[in-house]
Order: sequence, then structure tokens, then C-alpha cells
Amino acid sequence: MSVLVFVETGEGKIRKSSLEAITYAHLMGSGVTAIVLGAVAQPELESLGKYGAQKVLHVVDSKLDQPVIQAYASVITKAMQDEGADVLVLANSSLGTPVAAKVAVKANASFASNVVELPSTSSGFVVKRSIYTGKAFSFVELKNQKKVIALKKNAAEAKEVGGGAQIVPYAVALNDADFSTKIMSTEKATGDILLPEAEIVVSGGRGMKGPEHWGILLDLAKALHAATGCSKPVSDLNWRPHHEHVGQTGVKVAPQLYIAIGISGAIQHLAGVNSSKCIVVINKDPDAPFFKAADYGIVGDAFDVLPKLTAAVNAMR
Amino acid sequence: MKILVCISHVPDTTSKINFTDNGTKFDTNGVQFIIGPYDDYALARAIELKEAIAGTTVTVINVGLADTEPTIRKALAIGADDAIRVNAEPTDSFFVASQIAAHAKGYDLVLMGRESIDYNGGVVHAMVGELLGIPSLSPVMKLDVEGTNVKMAREIEGGKESVEAILPLVAGCQEPIAEWKIPNMRGIMSARTKPLMVVEASGNDKNVVTQKFELPAAKGAVKMISADNVAELVTRLKTEAKVL
Ligand SMILES: Cc1cc2nc3c(=O)[nH]c(=O)nc-3n(C[C@H](O)[C@H](O)[C@H](O)COP(=O)(O)OP(=O)(O)OC[C@H]3O[C@@H](n4cnc5c(N)ncnc54)[C@H](O)[C@@H]3O)c2cc1C
Ligand SMILES: Nc1ncnc2c1ncn2[C@@H]1O[C@H](COP(=O)(O)O)[C@@H](O)[C@H]1O
Repeated sequence: MSVLVFVETGEGKIRKSSLEAITYAHLMGSGVTAIVLGAVAQPELESLGKYGAQKVLHVVDSKLDQPVIQAYASVITKAMQDEGADVLVLANSSLGTPVAAKVAVKANASFASNVVELPSTSSGFVVKRSIYTGKAFSFVELKNQKKVIALKKNAAEAKEVGGGAQIVPYAVALNDADFSTKIMSTEKATGDILLPEAEIVVSGGRGMKGPEHWGILLDLAKALHAATGCSKPVSDLNWRPHHEHVGQTGVKVAPQLYIAIGISGAIQHLAGVNSSKCIVVINKDPDAPFFKAADYGIVGDAFDVLPKLTAAVNAMR
Repeated sequence: MKILVCISHVPDTTSKINFTDNGTKFDTNGVQFIIGPYDDYALARAIELKEAIAGTTVTVINVGLADTEPTIRKALAIGADDAIRVNAEPTDSFFVASQIAAHAKGYDLVLMGRESIDYNGGVVHAMVGELLGIPSLSPVMKLDVEGTNVKMAREIEGGKESVEAILPLVAGCQEPIAEWKIPNMRGIMSARTKPLMVVEASGNDKNVVTQKFELPAAKGAVKMISADNVAELVTRLKTEAKVL
């Protein structure tokens, strides 16, 4: 059995979540072929070998420099066929998830998204998925011969397992239907650490009192090389951009460390952070519900604690 | 214009999730069911388009057993014209997508939520688009129709994209595409008599089968640190939790 991994790039760099997917596929114990679409530097392609890819299909076509979902799905479906791959592995994302769903339909494959563990094959091919927004898991059997697995971000670890990859140019003929949605422009938000992939997230709630106070939170985030998030009311009030809104109806994060400042811990917020490895809560109310979901807590005023915390982090580094 | 809105019937966002029968069944005890929060955005946008573009009709579709009817009636009360219920348990995304696709032909716009909040697949829209051979896009935060041209804004990691496509198409919606609508008294009264057609499922090809459910391991007790000793937090995060 061979496994194909769709590798995403952003600004010419391989996404961390795609490296996780490569290592995951490697640990499945079969040959791993990666497929990369669009312009990306040679050393980036070569680095895929270290994470477990044996072969890298590189599709160079200027039409694919933009992530057009339909076209990507067509290319990847064809590559699955050509490589004789029974399984496609990729990372859940605004590109990966719809691509996976379309490939699954085209290739008549069983599909699971938000997968958090390696498959078990003792009785059927079974994967564990995160459901109910992180409040539970399900074990689902993928019955068809072909399978598509979309991994929840940060659920698998990207490991350098050694090895080199053979890089092979790959081309697929595309038609107009593959480009029926047209990307007119892309707006990049500021900040270079993507919230869904971040190892550390510093997040603020209504307890921060107003957008003019975010400076002290950004200072801490900078000291920790963290991405910033917020609660829903904070983005509803336009204190912070919408894409920072964490929770059941926002971004679901799964970092090593989630620091919540002035967030009460409503169940809808917790649903977006409960996959974090370690949660720190800073709140002036000792009865804030968030403390029940936390690993470490500080009862205190954010305006007093944050500068001290940033100083302590800087002192340690 | 004909709009089809797909609604899931899911536990309220404040629900505690539990399972019975050795982790094989969802425990509905004490659980309130609602229209999926993202599906509510799709419905709200559909009603806005109906109000803005003369001759527009809005049909809602749900794949579910009879217990989902109050949820469907709520969508009718919010302003949809009629409804279809495909009488089957919505166990697998592909199964749900095939049922929706079987009824979606002839609609100009198929609106859904970006994801259901129970199975969180985030995939039904892409599958329906693929099955119908029409474009699909998600998560869409803005959607304007001008003739047959549709202008959308889509959220991507750390930013957004402006995208255009031609009808017919499928869109998975999220805020701020529209404001949630609350049914008024007249809506609730008229919903009782609006047509709700029940149809049987076509085919039964479930290529994904759920074996069992599990709850996450319980968290240990929180360790409190004094606000006067913030440096201790940093030390503990480094040496004890090993996350720095
Ligand atoms: C359908 C639905 C979906 C929702 N989805 C989401 C979601 O995805 N994400 C989300 O976040 N919310 C969501 N919500 C909203 C959620 O229910 C809460 O209202 C929200 O999370 C509260 O935000 P908050 O904690 O920032 O504000 P508040 O609840 O107002 O809490 C502010 C906290 O700050 C503390 N505080 C005040 N001053 C200070 C200070 N100086 N220093 C330290 N602490 C201070 C207070 O003690 C309090 O605990 C949803 C709600 C619904 C109905
Ligand atoms: N049982 C269902 N009946 C009708 N629509 C559904 C059903 N399940 C999911 N959907 C729609 O598909 C969207 C995406 O769902 P999912 O792929 O399960 O996350 C939801 O937001 C709904 O609009």
C-alpha cells in the first residue's frame, strides 16, 4: 500500500501541518509520496525527505500558484491513480479539507476529517476523529478500498525521521471547469504565526476592556513567539479581527500552550481550546468558569499580571 | 432565483456531551436541539436574498428522522417557503451529501453552514458541489449575487480571499455573512401550514461506519499561582508542563 500526502505551502514555505501529515503517513508504515503544487524552492521540496517522504511529485503550472480548490482536487485525484495510492493524507485547512472531500467523491474513497490518531487496522481500517467541537471522539471505520484522511492540526507530530526524497516533475492536463471559481485577490492579515497551527496562543477576552489595551497582550505574545486569539465578543466588537476569534463558532486551536486573559470560559469558548496541551487562565474573578478547564491559574488583574509575565518570560529566554 | 438551504439538527452549543450503551449511542437526555449555528447564517443570508431579489424562493432540506421536524419548522418560521426532510439517520457525510445532491438539481444557490457542530466534518458542501458538478466554496463570509455572477469573500488561514463564480453554486457560510434571524409570531403561525415534504433516502451507501464514541480524559485539578509570584508560572511551564 502506498500513501499520497498533499503538501500545502504558504509564501513558498511548506506548512507545518503538512510536515505533520508526512510524518503521520510515514508512521503508517508504507511508502510515502508527497505532492506539492505551485511554485516552491528546491530546498523546501528536498526537506520533505527528512520528514518521511520517499518521492515528491512537484506540479509546476503557473495556473496552480493560486490555491484553486477544484483544480487541486483534480490533480491530486489523478496522482492517486498514477501512483496507485490507496490512501491520501493531508492536513485540515481551508484548502485541504474541501480538496479532500472532492477527491473522496472523485475516487470513491471513504473519508474522515479531524483525525487525531494513527489508524488501527486490527479489525477493519479505523480512525479516531474529534467530534462535537472537541467535546468527544468517534472511532470510524473507513470501508472503501480507497481512503482519504484529513488530520486535525497539531494532532500529529512532525518528526525528522531522516532520509532523502526523489523529486519528480509531474503534470496533469486541466480544463476550464477546474477554474470555475476565480480568486480575484487575497488579503493577508498581519502577524506571521498562523493561529490554527501555533504552538503557543495568547488570547484575550472582554476583560481586556478595549482594543487600546491590546499592547500588553501583544508584548507577551511577542516574547513567547505566540499567535494571538480572542473571544467572540472581542471580535464582534471589532476590537480584534474576525479570524482571531477562537471557539465553537470560530477557530479551533490545539497548541502546546493556551494562555487566556480576561476570558470567562463560556462553554462555546472552551470548545475551541479543549484540545490544547496546557491551559493557563488569568482572570480577576476566582470563580471564573475557565479555571475548571485550566492547568494553571492566576487570580489577578490582567493589567498588573501581563507586564510581569512578559518580563519573566524575557528574563528566562 | 431558487435557493436551497441545508440545515443540520444539532445539540445546542451549551450541551454537555454524553454517550450511552457502552459508548455506542449519543445521549439525548436533557439535550436541546437547534439549527446548526452556521446553518443559521446560511438561512439568514437566503432570507435576505429573497427579500432583495424578486421571485426568489427558499427551500430548506434536512436529512434526519422525524425528531428533526421542530427544527425544520423553526427554519420555516424564520422565513423559508417550504421544506424537504429526507427520512434517514445522517450518520456519514457522504451519505448526507448524496441525499442533498439528489434533491438539489434545479436550484441556483445551495447554501449550508461551514460545518455541522456535531460531526464537524466541514465537508458536505464540497461533496455536494462535486456530486452536482458545480463550484463550491467555504467558509464564505460575504456573498452577493448580481445576475448570475456571485461575489464572495472566503476566510483562509490568517486572511481572506475575494472569489467570483457563476451560478449555480454551493456555499458553506459563516459570520458575518448575515445577522441571525429570530422567528416572529406571524412566522411561527404561518410555519405550521407551510409544506414539509418527507421523502425516503435514495440508496444506502454508507462508506464510513461509526463504531463507538469516547469522551476526552478528565483534566487534573488546576494549579493556582499567586499574582505576586508570576515568575513561578514561567518556571513551571518550562520544567513541569514542558511547554516552553
Ligand atoms: C451560539 C453561540 C456560539 C458562541 N460561540 C463562541 C465562540 O466561538 N467563542 C467565544 O469566545 N464565545 C462564543 N460565544 C459567546 C460565549 O457564550 C461568551 O459570551 C463569550 O465567550 C464571553 O466572552 P468573554 O469571556 O471575553 O467575556 P465575558 O464573559 O464578559 O468575561 C470577561 C471576563 O474577564 C474577566 N475580567 C474582567 N476584568 C478583568 C481584568 N482587569 N483582569 C482580568 N480579568 C478580568 C471577568 O472576570 C470575566 O471572567 C457563543 C455564544 C453563542 C450563544
Ligand atoms: N443531516 C443534515 N441535513 C441537512 N444538511 C446537513 C446535514 N448535516 C450537515 N448538513 C449541512 O452541511 C454543512 C456542513 O456539515 P459537515 O460537513 O457535517 O460539517 C452543515 O453546516 C449543514 O448546512
